[in-house]
Amino acid sequence: MTGTLVNTTVNGDAVQFACPTDESLLDSLRDRIGLTGVKEGCGTGDCGACSITLDGELVCSCLVLGVEANGREIGTVEGLADGDKLHPLQDQFINNAALQCGICTPGFLVAAKALLDKNNNPTEEEIRYALAGNLCRCTGYDKIVRAVQAASKDLRKKK
Amino acid sequence: MTHDQSFTNQKFKLVGSRVNRPDGVDKVTGRAKYGADAAAPGQLVALFLRSPHAHAKIKKLDTSRAEKLAGVKAVITSADLPDHTNGAQLDVLENCMARDRVLYDGHAVAAVAAIDRETAKKALKLIKVSYEKLPHVTDVDEAMKSDAPLVRENIFTRGVDPKPTKPSNICKVSTFGHGDIEAGFNEADVIIEKSFKTEQTHQGYIEPHACLASVGPDGNGELWVTTQGHYTYRTVCSALLGMDMAKLKVTSSEIGGGFGGKTHVWIEPIALALSRKANRPVKAVMTRDEVFKASGPTCSTSMDIKIGAKKDGTITAGSAHIRYQDGAFRGQWGQLGAMTAFACYDLKNVQSVGYDVLVNRPKVAAYRAPSAPMAAFGVESTVDLVAKAIGMDPVALRIKNAAKEGTRASYGPTYGPIGIGPTLEAAKNHPHMRAKLKKNQGRGMACGFWFNFGGQTCSDINISADGTVNLTLGTVDVGGSRASMSLICAEELGIPYDQVKANIADTSSLGHNDTTEGSRGTFSSGMATIFAAREAIEEMKERAAQTWDIPVEEVEWVEGEARAVGKKNDNLPPLTLKEIAGRAAATGGPIAGHNEVVADGAGVSFASHICDVEVDPETGGTKIIRYTVIQDAGKAINPDYVEGQFQGGAAQGIGWALNEEYIYGDDGRLQNAGFLDYRIPVCSDLPFIDTEILEIPNPNHPYGIRGVGETSIVPPLAAIGNAVSNAAGVRMTHVPMSPPRILKAIEEAAEA
Ligand code: FES
Ligand code: FES
Repeated sequence: MTGTLVNTTVNGDAVQFACPTDESLLDSLRDRIGLTGVKEGCGTGDCGACSITLDGELVCSCLVLGVEANGREIGTVEGLADGDKLHPLQDQFINNAALQCGICTPGFLVAAKALLDKNNNPTEEEIRYALAGNLCRCTGYDKIVRAVQAASKDLRKKK
Repeated sequence: MTHDQSFTNQKFKLVGSRVNRPDGVDKVTGRAKYGADAAAPGQLVALFLRSPHAHAKIKKLDTSRAEKLAGVKAVITSADLPDHTNGAQLDVLENCMARDRVLYDGHAVAAVAAIDRETAKKALKLIKVSYEKLPHVTDVDEAMKSDAPLVRENIFTRGVDPKPTKPSNICKVSTFGHGDIEAGFNEADVIIEKSFKTEQTHQGYIEPHACLASVGPDGNGELWVTTQGHYTYRTVCSALLGMDMAKLKVTSSEIGGGFGGKTHVWIEPIALALSRKANRPVKAVMTRDEVFKASGPTCSTSMDIKIGAKKDGTITAGSAHIRYQDGAFRGQWGQLGAMTAFACYDLKNVQSVGYDVLVNRPKVAAYRAPSAPMAAFGVESTVDLVAKAIGMDPVALRIKNAAKEGTRASYGPTYGPIGIGPTLEAAKNHPHMRAKLKKNQGRGMACGFWFNFGGQTCSDINISADGTVNLTLGTVDVGGSRASMSLICAEELGIPYDQVKANIADTSSLGHNDTTEGSRGTFSSGMATIFAAREAIEEMKERAAQTWDIPVEEVEWVEGEARAVGKKNDNLPPLTLKEIAGRAAATGGPIAGHNEVVADGAGVSFASHICDVEVDPETGGTKIIRYTVIQDAGKAINPDYVEGQFQGGAAQGIGWALNEEYIYGDDGRLQNAGFLDYRIPVCSDLPFIDTEILEIPNPNHPYGIRGVGETSIVPPLAAIGNAVSNAAGVRMTHVPMSPPRILKAIEEAAEA
């Protein structure tokens, strides 16, 4: 492998890795840093299982190159909890049975957090459209939407 | 010890409560390990070379240049695999790796294992294959014609008399029913005859097939894999590769969806073979494109349905001829479909015939209540047409003809207590039925049936010294079963839910368990868990009796503790599970309970769905406005997850009904092998999905459990078809009812 050195920040920690220039950030995160909470469902930007934030923006990590992460800040599902305290979204996904197999869950959590960071009181419709880039084949989305609604309530109470 | 599996109507403390799943934290933090999440030191990357043709002879296959590439550690073609000619597993292996012919677009012809992906990719390019293209067929009706290209040369239709002398693509004809259908149709005031088609769909699990295989020269092997049946994978892989079953340890990873598609082996035997050849661990992960082309979607179908009824609504006869394409390998999908077609009804005269037909498409695998949704689409659409023809409410017509206890099912057996009548009554009385509809909106309903399976199962319970309990299961947790099994275990032992820790065992740690399919997980593992817990209780009673020095007959188990019964034992304070566990070392050693069972008597399952749609007459686009699922669960152990099964199945059915289909070009190649062009429902496509759980106990399970996983996908195609027909005034006979098809139907109706 001929690698390019990448200096980046992942969930607040400085991280360095080397990767070929055509490697996706998804592969870099999973195979080089070991963050396997980021999932691959399609590799073509159609399922959202690989959702991360890049400098605060929600992106599909399968559509970003590893080398593009140089000097940027990455957020993944592994960084959602605050120490041993789960993020309200994580709590509410569990409370609302919003996951069955759970493969889509990391992507949904990252996408839902990106929504709630911008809009702490979204309507059902806003939630449904904000999450339309994430595929879930198990739940029919019902309990996912309810979990996001419950978490947004929790977050508003906290403030 | 044999246990009585009859329903006892016991009062529950825990079962039926909505508890959080024990693996929840792992799954919301990214810690849970799925198929592609494992790694081993020195692992190689496996990639597959696949056929670009629908049907071709492999004239030459030269891997020599790939083998010489630096970093390539193993290359496998069918020549490197054991020869199973005439063996029972030939089809399975040939689907994993083509022999002399490729049978569908995406059929594997070679695989390489290399030190990294880049090298493996280069190696694939160095493999030279020369093909001689053969005529192909991908449509089920075309494949049945006498001049159709033959997918295999050795298929002689079974189930017909006399036995055919010429090979064809029709593997099997399966006929079910009773009575005299001709006489039945003669009695009818109204007869509706209609033909329907459904397109091929994929289970669409978000996690692609993935495994990490490791086999050494000593014949020991390990396979980490996403699967619904790790024991089945062990059985099949060891048979294919000539390994000793006990020496192949298969661990089921967390599974990112299966819905039947992870019941068969695809890349796994080849990953093991590559590992054995290279003597290194090998990781194989399918791309999404490969998942669509070369795993096991469900059948496309074509069918003719005929139903006759009297003016009062009595159905006098029903017949169904349903043609299922199995892909390039024999299946039993036509048979299953024929069995389910009329299962909801109590019919005097009924006949259903299923055809299993080969085409040049991937081998079909199970997809949630396999074969039933298509048959239900045809039958339930026709039932609505009958209702219209005699001017009867479609729910009332269904209630009038619904099967009940004592009905002889169209596929043979006589029903015990069943839920079709109650789900229909619940539908009739549901507020959804009375909600107002707006312009361009329509309401439809349909019902559905699924058998449910049981099968070989075993569970272990080990009580730790501190009184916490390990429950070891062999059915895979496809969607929350650790929680329901823990509830059952805690219920039996009389301890809190969180005192139980459920684990899914690998194949070396627990005896054989059949694949988690046929909605059998909760039914079968639930049964084995109950019986294992009861054995542990017997053991704890023994220990208590020994401690107290009284006969065990004087000990009873109540609320998690042993109590000595009778006046003379009044001075003996109860011994809790925890106390007994703490003293185990001194009273006879570790305390365990285990159970091995063939779980028979899985209760059949019925559902009725109601659906409102809005059809845009300009675009032909359909929006689901409201959806209600009513289904019999027997007993809902953890209602949250029962509802989840209802909702998930309905959503998959909605996708199938409106959008999803495999599109093949004239060249026989799949044109939409990705989630962009094979569009499954997204969050903004759906409303909340209402659910109503009915509990009609299964008499053959101590808790009354019936499987719940599959039936929910059976009614949607027809429910939506009926709703679209009521909204747009056109009868849709072809699924998916995509905008162009609906628009065409509207235009044709306007012209007529
Ligand atoms: S893996 Fe990136 S969107 Fe599917
Ligand atoms: S929970 Fe399985 S894909 Fe969403």
